[in-house]
Amino acid sequence: MSLSREHELHKRRFSRNMGLGLALIGLVAIVFGLTVVKVSTEEFTEPLFGEASE
Amino acid sequence: MSDASLNSHTHTTTLPSDGGFSDFFALLKPRVMTLVVFTAFVGLYAAPGDIHPLVGLIAILFIALGGGASGALNMWWDADIDRVMRRTRNRPIPSGRVTEREAFGFGITLSAIAVVMLWLATNWVAAAILAFTIFFYIVIYSMWLKRWTPQNIVIGGAAGAFPPMIGWAAVTGGISLESALMFSIIFMWTPPHFWALALFMRSDYDDAGVPMLTVTHGRRATRVHILVYTLLLAGLAVGIGFTMVGGPIYVAASVALNALFIKGAWQIWRRSEEDAEADNYKVEKAFFKLSLYYLFALFGVIALEAGLAPFGLGGW
Repeated sequence: MSLSREHELHKRRFSRNMGLGLALIGLVAIVFGLTVVKVSTEEFTEPLFGEASE
Repeated sequence: MSDASLNSHTHTTTLPSDGGFSDFFALLKPRVMTLVVFTAFVGLYAAPGDIHPLVGLIAILFIALGGGASGALNMWWDADIDRVMRRTRNRPIPSGRVTEREAFGFGITLSAIAVVMLWLATNWVAAAILAFTIFFYIVIYSMWLKRWTPQNIVIGGAAGAFPPMIGWAAVTGGISLESALMFSIIFMWTPPHFWALALFMRSDYDDAGVPMLTVTHGRRATRVHILVYTLLLAGLAVGIGFTMVGGPIYVAASVALNALFIKGAWQIWRRSEEDAEADNYKVEKAFFKLSLYYLFALFGVIALEAGLAPFGLGGW
């Protein structure tokens, strides 16, 4: 069997690699978004070091 | 993949271990995932308390991913059955597009990611229920009970019933009567749903040697079981209407939906096998289809009640 440049195998590999790449980018975006939400919530807010409490 | 393995498959159109993205996506059982996403959303939306919309979205995404991962692990374990059954013969593993080892690695990795991410996004209770769901579906159901007892569908149904409970726990951090009732509804709904399928996909389960109720106890007993479970389900489905997540709209809708569902189960119970064969299982097929609409509608009305509550219209 000859593996030409246009072989169906390459298409399937490409789709798998593309899917994995997009999934990883999506995961990074999710972790970033989650981090932003978590640090923005009130319970996460801490007084700055050295700041006098009122 | 080595060249040697390529050469050994010169007469096939598909090559092992080179599945495309769609093959791996198919391992996640996307159609089952629709139900998981929807019921998890309803559990999360109807729960008392607040959750940031992005956190809610992420929670549903990882509940769905956990469900998908258990689907992949189930396909890994049941590859031998899938090769025999007509309905499942074209799945990625039996068709040779994905190897069993790949499916196992894929399922385990996604399970771990889903549980850890759900924990980080929400709380440990939701993550623990998700982890237990995956364990239950794979170890208790697929590995142990599916091939051993004709009550396999009843027990396996529990795995599919957890998503609304996980959604609820993601918001509240716990379990309550309402979330337990949402679990019970899906738990009771699953057997009649699958037994109707088993009635008209008759040769499949026989060929695969899965001890389906239709095979072990006969088709008459299956028809009786469908009716009994449908009646029990109706009690639970209407009963939840009188809790915090219910309301007048839900009670009215659930009474109508359950009346329809009971009517379908009654028709199945009354029919003989000769009648069913004569019209090619028309009633059984209609009941199977109705069961899907039934569950979506029931949970849809719970979500509607929750959505109307801020305007003083939903709930009691």
